[in-house]
Formats: sequence, C-alpha cells, structure tokens
Amino acid sequence: MTPDDRKYTKDHEWVLLDGQHAELGITDHAQRELGDIVFVELPAVGDRFAAGDRFAVVESVKAVSNVYTPIAGEITAVNNALENEPELLNGAPYEQFLVQLRVEAINGIELLDAAGYDAHITESQVVPRA
Amino acid sequence: MRKPYKLIFEKHCIDRRAADLPALDVPKMDGLVPQACLGEALPLPSLSEMDLVRHYTGLSRRNFGVDNGSYPLGSCTMKYNPKLNEELTAHFNDLHPLLDDDALSAAYELQFALDRALCAVCGMDKFTLQPAAGAHGELTGLMVMRSYHNMRQDFLRAEMLIPDAAHGTNPASATMAGFKAVELKSLPDGGVDVEALKQAVSEKTAGLMLTNPNTLGLFEKNILEITQIVHDAGGLVYYDGANINAIMGKARPGDMGFDVMHVNLHKSFGTPHGGGGPGAGPVGVKKELIPFLPAPLIMKKNGRARPDYDRPLSIGRVKAFNGNFGVLVKAYAYILSLGADGLREASEAAVLNANYLRHYLKDVYELPYDGLCMHEFVLTPGALNEQGIHNVDIAKALIDYGYHPPTISFPLIVREAMMFEPTETESREDLDGLIYALRQIAETAKTDPDSLRSAPLTTPVGRPDETRAARNPIVIAPLSSSDRL
Amino acid sequence: MRSYVANSKREMAEMLNAIGVTDMDALFMDIPWDARCKRQLSLDDGKSEIEVRRKFDAYDTSAARLPLFMGAGAYRHYIPAVVPALLARSEFYTAYTPYQAEMSQGMLQGIFEYQTYMCRLTGMDVSNASVYDGATACAETMIALRAATRKNKILYSAALHPEYIQTMRTYARFTGFELVEIPFTENGETDLMYAVRHTQAAAGMIAASPNFYGVIEDIAQMADFSHTAGILFVTVSNPLSLGLLKRPGDVGADFCVGEGQPLGIPLSAGGPYLGFMAANKTYMRNLPGRIVGQTEDAWGNRAFVLTLQAREQHIRREKASSNICSNQSLCALTAAMYLGAMGPAGLKEVALQCLQKAHYLYDGIHSIPAFAARYPKSAFFHEFVTDYKGDAIALNSKLKEKGFIGGLPLCRYFKGDTGLLFCATEVLTRSEIDGFLNALEVAVK
Repeated sequence: MTPDDRKYTKDHEWVLLDGQHAELGITDHAQRELGDIVFVELPAVGDRFAAGDRFAVVESVKAVSNVYTPIAGEITAVNNALENEPELLNGAPYEQFLVQLRVEAINGIELLDAAGYDAHITESQVVPRA
Repeated sequence: MRKPYKLIFEKHCIDRRAADLPALDVPKMDGLVPQACLGEALPLPSLSEMDLVRHYTGLSRRNFGVDNGSYPLGSCTMKYNPKLNEELTAHFNDLHPLLDDDALSAAYELQFALDRALCAVCGMDKFTLQPAAGAHGELTGLMVMRSYHNMRQDFLRAEMLIPDAAHGTNPASATMAGFKAVELKSLPDGGVDVEALKQAVSEKTAGLMLTNPNTLGLFEKNILEITQIVHDAGGLVYYDGANINAIMGKARPGDMGFDVMHVNLHKSFGTPHGGGGPGAGPVGVKKELIPFLPAPLIMKKNGRARPDYDRPLSIGRVKAFNGNFGVLVKAYAYILSLGADGLREASEAAVLNANYLRHYLKDVYELPYDGLCMHEFVLTPGALNEQGIHNVDIAKALIDYGYHPPTISFPLIVREAMMFEPTETESREDLDGLIYALRQIAETAKTDPDSLRSAPLTTPVGRPDETRAARNPIVIAPLSSSDRL
Repeated sequence: MRSYVANSKREMAEMLNAIGVTDMDALFMDIPWDARCKRQLSLDDGKSEIEVRRKFDAYDTSAARLPLFMGAGAYRHYIPAVVPALLARSEFYTAYTPYQAEMSQGMLQGIFEYQTYMCRLTGMDVSNASVYDGATACAETMIALRAATRKNKILYSAALHPEYIQTMRTYARFTGFELVEIPFTENGETDLMYAVRHTQAAAGMIAASPNFYGVIEDIAQMADFSHTAGILFVTVSNPLSLGLLKRPGDVGADFCVGEGQPLGIPLSAGGPYLGFMAANKTYMRNLPGRIVGQTEDAWGNRAFVLTLQAREQHIRREKASSNICSNQSLCALTAAMYLGAMGPAGLKEVALQCLQKAHYLYDGIHSIPAFAARYPKSAFFHEFVTDYKGDAIALNSKLKEKGFIGGLPLCRYFKGDTGLLFCATEVLTRSEIDGFLNALEVAVK
C-alpha cells in the first residue's frame, strides 16, 4: 500500500510536507528494486540543496542509487539510525526518513499523489535512476 | 564435508622462524634513531618454513586458475599463460629501475621492440608502456585526448560519448580525466546506433569510447562510418582494447579510424592475470597525439632505445619508474613466440571456439542476438527463468562440473547476461565438456531446480552471504592476545 | 611458430564443418573490407622456445649482479626462497580477479591476510587489496581525501619521491585539485611553519617518513599539527622500516600508504610493484579499489568475498571516485608470504641491519673529504644524501668500472643538484661496503 499522506517523485522518492518542514525518503518500490540495502550515505545537517540535487546515496550489494530532493531547502536532521542499520530501509521504507529539511522552495519537480505514483510504476516498470 | 581453514594468524607459534639472516657484520652502533620514533614489537605471526609452505599450498588448492580448467570468463580472455614467459622475467629481476641508461639498455631495447610490435598489431604510431592496467590505460588515453583538445584551445570539448553496453571502467575513467560521461543508447545487438550518434555529437564532443567487437561479441559493421562521424564533429575516437583477441592480424584499430587505444597485455598477449593483477595497459596513439603521451617515452636515438624526458606537451607521469616491466617482458616473449602468423591463428581459433560453443548452446539457452559471433557471445537463461532459475544459479552449478563460470550480469543492456569467451587455447574436448555441463544444467533446471539453487557443493565454501559482508564489513582479522610476541 | 592453440588444423576444419560454416574467413565477414588486414602484420615470424630463450640470453643485464648502493623508492632485499616457490603455484597466478568466491577462497583469504598484515604493520584499521604502486597510491589518496572532506586542496611535502609528486600532478591535472607543495627545511624535514599558512580549506597533508632523502620525520608531530589545523594526515611509509619505527596508526595518521616493493618483490627494472593503502576505519569507504571481507556461507562456514563493491566503477560507473578495477593481487600475496617468512623477529632484524649498514656506509663516505652529509642533524633509516662537488654521473661511471652501482645522482630529478642519494640494505656485506668505499676514494682523487 502506498501511503496517501505524502507526495512522490517519478524517481521513487517520497516527501512528507508539513508547512515549512519536510521529510524525505525512498519508496517501497525503490527498496525492492535495490535489494538488500547495505549502506546509506547522508548529508550533514546544515547542507543546502536546490530542487533536483542529489542529497543521499543508497547502496545495496550490487547496485547504487542516488536520491534527489524534489524541493529546495536546508537539512535540519538526518536519520542516524540508518548508519548502523541500513536494512531499516528495506523493512519499513515509509517509516524511515532519510533527512528532514527546512523548505526554501517548492517548484520545478513534478510531485505525484499515491495513486499517480502507483500508476507511474505500473507504466514504467523501470529500475530507479542509478 | 567442508573443513574450516585457519588464517595464517591462527597458526602463530611464538619463536618459530622461517627465514634468517647472517649475523650483522658491521660494528653495531646505538642511539641511531631517536627513542620517540621507535616502535614497539609488531603483532605478526611467527611460523616455520613448513608451516608457511603448507599454508599457502593449502590456499592454492582452494583457488582455481586457467591451469586447473576451462575459464570461459567473457571479456577477460583467460587464455593459457606460457611457462616460458614466466621463466624469462628472471633475467631482469635484480635490475634497479633508476640505473643509468647504459645499464638499463636491455630493458629499454625490449620496451622499444614491444612498442613497435604493438604498433604493428594495432595500426598505431606509438605506444607508452607506463600504464599498469587497462583502466590505467584508459585514464592515460583520455588525458591525452583532453590535452590534445586543450592545446588546440578547444576547451569546450568536455563530453565523452560512451555506449551503455561499455565496460564500467569507461565512464569512471572519463570522469577521472575530467570529462562528462554521456551515455549513448546501444542497439539491441550492442552495436552503436548510428543515427543516435549523429544526434549526440556536437562542438562539445571530446570523443567516443568504443569496444570493437562490442561487449556482445559482435563486430561493428559501421565502424568506418562511426569513426568518421566523430572525426567530422571534431572529436577523437578511443578504442578499448579489451576485446582485441578477436581481431589480431585480421583488422587493426588504427585502420578503423581510432586515434587512441589501450591493450590489456594480460588478456590478448598471454600474461597471467595474477588473481587480479599485476597486468599492464599500454596506450597507443596516432602521430598527432604522440607529444601528449606520458613522459618519459622510450624513443630510438642514434640507434639506441632510450627514455626521452624532454616532452613539454606530455600529460606527465602516470606511475613511478618503467611501468609494470615484468609484465612487458612476458608480453614481448609471447609476441616473439607467435609472430604474425601465430597471432592471426590465435584470433581465428578464439573466434572459432566461441562460435562452436555458441552453436551447441543456442537451443537450450536464449541468444539475445543470433548470428555468428566474434571471440565471445552472450546467452541468457531464457525460459529457465520460469523455473525460478537465474544466471547466477547456472554459473554456480557450472562450478560443480569443474568449470569456471562465464561473466554474469554484464553487459548491463542484457538482462541476466551470461558472457562466454572460451579463448583459443581450449581444446575441442574442453569445449565439448563445457557444452555437456551447460546442457545438463539446463535439463536439471527443469527437473530439479532446487538442486541448482544450492550449488556449488564441491567447493570449500558455499555461496557466501554478500549482504552480511557489506553491511558489517570485517576486512581484517581481529587481534587476539596470543598474537603479541 | 607457437600459437598455443590447442586444436590442430584438422580439428578446426572439422569444427567449422560441424557448425555449418564454410571456412575461417566466413567467421570474419562482419569486418568491413576497408578495415581488414590485407597483408600479414609486419612482425617477425614466430620463434621456437629455444630461439626465444636465446634472444633473452643475449640481453646484457650484467648490472643486475653488481652490489647496489642505490635505493630511491626501489630496494634490493633478501627474498627467502620459499616466497618465489609458493608464488609459482599456478592456481594463484593463472586466476582472474576472485569474483566467483566459492572457487577463489585461496586468493580471497590470501588478500584478507595481506590486508590484516598491512594493518598490523602500519597500525591502521583497514586496508584495501592494493593499487598499482606507491606513486598511484599517493594519487588515489588525494582523491580519497577529497571524497572524505569534500575539499579540493591537498598539501604535500616536497620531500615525497619526485616521481610520486609527478604522478599526483598528472592525476590532478583535469579534476580541479589545488596542490600545494610544502618545502622542507635545511634538516630535510617537511616545513610545518610553511604549511601552517596553507591549511585553510585544505583536505589533508601527505608526507613521507622516511622521506625521499632518507630522513626520519616526526610523524607524531605532523599528525598533531594536521589535526589541530582541522585537516587529515597521510603518512607515506616504507613498510620495511616499520620493523623498527613507530607505526603511523599509533600516532594518529588518518591514512598510511606507500610502496610495498621492499616486502619480497624483486626490483624487476621498475615493476610490477605494490601500492598499499591503509586507513582509519572512518575512511573505509573512501579507499579505492578492491577490498576483501569476511562473511559466512549458508552453513555457517567462514568465507571471504570482494566487498563494498558498490563503491566501485562496475556499479557506480561515471560516479565512481576511482576507475581502478584491479589490484596487484600476486604482489600483495608476495608481501604477505614475505612477512610470513620473516616473522616479527626477522622483519625487525632486516630493518636493524639496514639501519646499521647504512650508518656504517655513511660514516665511511663522510670520512672522505670530497663528500659532505647534507642533513647531518637528522636521523635516517637506510638512505642519506651526500653532497659531492664533482660530477656525480662521471663518479658513478668510474664506480661501475670497479663493479659497483653508486648512489642516485639527484640531478636526475633536480637540475644542478650536487647530491647523491645512497642506500645500504641487509644484502650488502661489510667487504662489499669496504670495497665500495675504497673505490669511491680512488674515484674522487
């Protein structure tokens, strides 16, 4: 079930918006395509990103995937638990954010709702952008 | 029955010795090194010579080389490594690399002769022998291309076109040389899409990197048009020589319009892979690019081969000293042994062996592209996927038949690829044995797929848990209290 | 002519027939006519084994047999007979990179042991499976420093091997690095007073001990200096010197890299050698190239695999920080075998004998008035610089006539430099050193 409390990108990221704060993560489809996740490279608190920037890297044994932010902003928190237990992302991708962000701008990158994202997966059946 | 095998550190026995030195024959002086700079006793294991011999002989028996059996690893050219060549390196073992030119004359003559021979095989004008591996050669060749454009004040040429079927090193090397790697979609047969190439080239194009035959083992029929398109756009064309074993004496990259290339001496020229190295990746160029090659470059002056350091346009050094000289010796001996006829015959036999293997496997596995191949070809499990059998299961099952598996999951453009390159040094019986094994495996996939999923069973260990290794990396043995002196 | 092709011509004809191909040419039809070789390659005819051997026997490599007083990054040491004998096991040298772990446990374990050896020797936490040589290890370290800190500025000591500096400069050419060379003092030590002005926004500092000029530098002080300045510290070490000297890991170095050739690898006119790279565990993922890790199979057996591969080029492609996709496996295995043969006591003895013989040589040379030690106040391991007012190259020619290889004339790298870099290792006997000193005395008269 794709949760409908949040928005999605075509690159398989999710974003949970709450006013000027946002949480970013990767979708269930993304974690399944990657397989067993073994490492997550996160940015530092205070780093700033423009929409479309790569802000994290998720590694499995045989693949690696960049994670892009659909919104511009400054990192306010990172999910440190993933450093030691990257497999949490396989277990519960929608409960594990990668970063929290103070939103500076939302523009440019198309965001889908849950139904739209599900339809996108069915249509494309492509692996996440690597 | 799988037996555990101890680490060398677990065989430590205090005060054992394997090697000794004559007593110090000069007067011993004290206080030569300040106390603050002196270290403590090192936690290294002590062993007898027999302990050491048993340990490494045991390890060797847990390893598989070309001398153990067929090794049809695609793109790796696992041919026989002649024993003579191993012996010949001994001549140079004790030569210091910084001796004066006269003392190193033999080494320079050999290098110059190897350069000439590689030029003859590849249709290039000059080779540098400095790069230590294929990837190192790529980096060198790409920096040469970069320097060429820069010298022409052509600073905008920052894009390196690379087909999606290319070896992963190509885009990585392009990035390291400061280029932007631009992926070029391939045709289903792994070939270059000429129309897409025409669209992709522009005044920003620095060049194109290409393997020919491509990674599906097919020769680019449009190669002359392809190199022309890139040249017309002002770019250069780089030949990734990983697959040159298919065409020695049959066609030369220089004649196809390539400007820069590397060869892997540890593939086509018979030097051993050494379990991952050392190899050597000489880079050849056409005349206009010679000034940019790494310095020093071995040149002939007054009839003598000597290193030339005075090369103002050179990219510089890519490695200390004279390249992987010991590897160069073996490659040169290989070329001397084979000569022109032998090299051509080696390529012909390599291509024949690949086609023979392909012919007897194409009805049980799926060929993503039908038709004659060059020195290698790609299969997929095809309908065996429906039994839940994947390329990795077939590869692992092959191990139990005594063969090394093919390259799997490469090239990336073919899902579940299995790439076979038997090489010319495999006999017909070897190939028939391999065919038998692979046909048996296809049969077992239908009748007893579970047994394939637990393969291999005949090896010292079963399939290792790679996820566990990557999540909690243990990359050295822990220190135990008994390890101290 | 030997092509090492297994099948006879007759068998090949049968095989062509079996697969329904008319003749050999039909297999090469895809090659366009204009790109085909129309005549034989311009190479000599192939040769028999005897002929090839004769050709090699004719090469004059007589300098290889002379006592050697030159080091400068490549050293002649005793290699126990057991090392080449074990390396000749063709299960090792005819194998490919150990991708298929189940049939490559021997090499994988051998590399895992090598990684462990290098960590125990250097005092670091993690090691990769090796890179090409000491020079490329330094160049790759530059890239690792950038990846670890996201800063482009690298400080390096001018007392690094000149060829390492040249290699670093080549690697830095097109990739936006800012390299800052830190000069050395009149004592041959990296000048930290100079470095202090350049640490702003730098990723790290790379310095050697013993350095190229033989001087043992205070790596503890350099590590403290670097960390106070907020930059990383890389030591370039001669692994053999660590039989005696303090380990870089014990004084807080972040990386320890260098040339592993002294560990049982022959001089071989310059290669193949062994670039080693070890690091603090914080930087494990910034190490380039292969790394072997320990894991288990489904039955709980200890097993070894190539690990952390997602860092590497075959997965990360253009986003990989290095393109290296091999290691010097066989050379790494050599180093491990050498360390296994020498053991801790043997390694210490080799280091001590190098130290003692080099100092014996030093005293002898400087009792000759024509020679003056350049860094008399500094401690050295087995190499030192001596200034000679005459022609160093002519001097070496005279020594060669007497059957000795002299020190390295530094004018090879620095125009007008009057120095000679001498080296003595454990393989030189006292009578060879005495003979050399006599020859020197005669030569400068």
